[in-house]
Amino acid sequence: MADYQSDDKCFNVVGSRVIRVDAVDKVTGRAKYGADYNALGQLYGVSKYADYPHAKIKSINIAKAKSLDGVRAVLTHENIPGEKSFGAITANQMVMCTDTVRFMGDVVAIVAAESQEIAEKAADLIEVDYDELPVVSDPEQALADESPRLYETGNLCFHHKVRKGDIEKGFAHSDIVVERDYSTQRIEHSYLEPEAVLAEPGENGGITIVGTLQNLYNIRRVVARVLNLPLNRIRLIQATLGGSFGGKDEVMSSICCRAALLAMTCGRPVKMTNSREQSMRESYKRHPYKMKYKVGLSKDGILQAMEIKVYADAGPYSAMSPFVTWRSVVQATGPYIVPNVKTDIYAAYTNNCYTSAMRGFGSPQICFATESLMDELAELVGLDPLEIRLKNILTDGSTTATGQTLNHKVSVGEALNIVSKKADFKARWQENRRQNINQVIKKGIGLSCSYRGVSLGAEGTDAAGVGISIQTDGSVVVYTGLVDMGQGAATTISIVVAEELGVTVDRIRFLNADTTAIPDSGPTVASRTSFMAGNAAKNGCAELLKRIKPVAAEILSCPESSLEFKDNKISSRVTNKNLDYGELAAACFRKGISLFSHGWYKGPTTTWDEHTGQGDAYFTFVYAANLAEVEVDTVTGQVKVTRFISSHDLGRTLNLNGAKGQVYGGVAMGLGYALFEEYGQDDGRPLLENFDEYLLATSCDVPEIDVIFIENPDLLGPHGAKSLGEPACELAAPAIANAITNATGLRVRELPLTLERVLLGKALSRKETRGSLKARSRKQ
Amino acid sequence: MIIKFKLNGKNVAIEAPGGERLIDLLRERLNLVGTKEGCGKGECGACTVLLDNKPVCSCLILAAQVNGRNVMTIEGVESDARLRAVQEAFVEAGSVQCGFCTPGMILSAAALLRANPKPSRDEIKRALSGNLCRCTGYEKIFDAVELASHKIMKKAASK
Repeated sequence: MADYQSDDKCFNVVGSRVIRVDAVDKVTGRAKYGADYNALGQLYGVSKYADYPHAKIKSINIAKAKSLDGVRAVLTHENIPGEKSFGAITANQMVMCTDTVRFMGDVVAIVAAESQEIAEKAADLIEVDYDELPVVSDPEQALADESPRLYETGNLCFHHKVRKGDIEKGFAHSDIVVERDYSTQRIEHSYLEPEAVLAEPGENGGITIVGTLQNLYNIRRVVARVLNLPLNRIRLIQATLGGSFGGKDEVMSSICCRAALLAMTCGRPVKMTNSREQSMRESYKRHPYKMKYKVGLSKDGILQAMEIKVYADAGPYSAMSPFVTWRSVVQATGPYIVPNVKTDIYAAYTNNCYTSAMRGFGSPQICFATESLMDELAELVGLDPLEIRLKNILTDGSTTATGQTLNHKVSVGEALNIVSKKADFKARWQENRRQNINQVIKKGIGLSCSYRGVSLGAEGTDAAGVGISIQTDGSVVVYTGLVDMGQGAATTISIVVAEELGVTVDRIRFLNADTTAIPDSGPTVASRTSFMAGNAAKNGCAELLKRIKPVAAEILSCPESSLEFKDNKISSRVTNKNLDYGELAAACFRKGISLFSHGWYKGPTTTWDEHTGQGDAYFTFVYAANLAEVEVDTVTGQVKVTRFISSHDLGRTLNLNGAKGQVYGGVAMGLGYALFEEYGQDDGRPLLENFDEYLLATSCDVPEIDVIFIENPDLLGPHGAKSLGEPACELAAPAIANAITNATGLRVRELPLTLERVLLGKALSRKETRGSLKARSRKQ
Repeated sequence: MIIKFKLNGKNVAIEAPGGERLIDLLRERLNLVGTKEGCGKGECGACTVLLDNKPVCSCLILAAQVNGRNVMTIEGVESDARLRAVQEAFVEAGSVQCGFCTPGMILSAAALLRANPKPSRDEIKRALSGNLCRCTGYEKIFDAVELASHKIMKKAASK
């Protein structure tokens, strides 16, 4: 159930329960995903991975592989016509390694063959001679002078800072100063659909690639530079996506380049499909963070100063690390008023799997630290977790750590109060502590809250386009440069168009993204799609209405101001006459009026001074509070999450069904982050490779989840909407951690909260690979 | 060997090379790509099909093993009233997000409802615990199975 705290503005479609536009295709098996595409005469492409996490390549011998029957091409970096590496800030990610491998997912050569089996066999026949190099596996140690280096310039990938007030004075004025360290683990997006592409050489000397593509324009830029082709020769088409969560960006750039190189070389279509093992090996992960907080507060619990140092494991490639850690530096103090702040975040190169965007984008780590910390501080000053939060919480007009004044409705306190009241938090929290003594199964309740910048902020230019084409029968085609990867963007944008034009959602056909159809709209990231594409769609519709309204007024012989566009009909409040949308569209067409519009929206300006870490980092923020209830078995350490409440101020609910789905899914993902998930690596080598050991939350692990939306419409958002996808998954882990502490009295400061950490306070994780992975490494 | 089996209600006879997995036969040679491969190891359940009305991972079954048996994939559900009710319920309850787990979920749910037409929430959770979903948090999938159960019972009562 979703409860509402809202104003009563009336809409026809917005906020109502709408059937997903892609639901029928998906329940019938008709939806076409990346691996479902095939072309006549296609070859199969396979990558040859590195044998060591860090090694010099002495030689690559492809002779045996090439002579295998059915092999059509074996390529190495020498066959790349353009640039050999790519990256948004630092271009150090290798399509195929030149002289050094830097993680186990690096690729040294690629093969195309008549069948998948032959291609795999050929890849096994490629002989690579290596000189092993020392492995760097800890991001903090990586920055020490004596550490082995991945690059001549050192292991520092990026450093962000925030400076506010006077940190020394802040500590001097504090009654209590404490230091606490927290750490989070490396996790895998675990989109259920592994990566897949089909690359076809085109008639114009270019290439068309269809596949599992989240950020088509980023990927196209890379393919163009690597293949040395102009952008207009490269066409990328997004297949229906089986989940992404930030995960199908840079890894797809690599795979698209490899498939395209093979296809161009052979003059035939090439299909490349990753198995789960290959996907886990080469696809980037969420950054593990080591976070050190030094906090000063008065004895009545008012925050005076925070000094924060964070080390993020970037793996060997820069990828999105500079952006991910930037969001962290902006939000590092949590949603609290802190007068004196000194934050430093370092992303460091290591030989672990590289890390980049994943749902949350630098916030889940920070939320775990700040929200665990607030509970610890509450204990120190004798307050309860709700009291200490409300004493320090950001409110209307507050100034953030980056010096930004929040000149909109700041509802994080409201969200906290809503979830606390719903679960009777204060009483239950006290009661658990009394009643748990001598119980084997102990009960706990925990809170967490956050503020989050909407969209890209000062990360970069923020603009997007939507194409809207009314057909002469009154049906509508809509497409945008942003993608539906399962989150429901197709439905949400369709709802905005339906509301604006006055058609029903079932009359709209939403097309998957295609780089030839619409200008670069930036990436589908940062929970920006509803906001950016929603506004672009509104602009496009407004343009269309401007053109078709005079025609409708003429046909209905009434003033334009009396027209109402609703339910596929145009009516006049004056003449009481009706006009079918199709008739109007056909009349416009006959008059030569364009029924196509391209809506464009550019986000408001943001500012950032990278030397002081001060500025209006984001044009607006969203606010949320979560509450978890758990039962901890003190014999086994097993944690059962029994109830969850998630409250979000999303500005305005555009797509009710989609919004609730985002929260349920976000909580389940956050629960996995809290309790099970970890892509373990030992000295750069992965400890697992599939879902037998990488544990996701199953249907038996999820609790009942209450979703409570708060609506404080944003001045700039489409109908007031802001964002939801990422905030939905950033708060579960700290709420669960705090609930566990309420139950057991023990504080665990590292994720995941596995049985042994909950029971013993430390991990007993094995150092060895096992099962199939071990058998395979012996074979090597 | 040549295997003969019933696929979505129709008879099929096809050469099945030894060692070929059922999922490859379905996807690569019979062009039934509605069955998805998520892990190849029987962990995620995306490749679930019904073998004699019971859910199995088609990545763990050899094509030769279905000889003489009855296989149902997501493409066949529209011809089966119970399965159709589950499909409709998934649409109406808003249970679909990326949709990659959906075919397997629907088939597992349909098998549950065949064996237990009115399952409790806990029984639903257990029956679907072999089908991973990364998007939905499962909540609305449970709702869909309850809705489908209601639809099927109502239909049976009206007969």
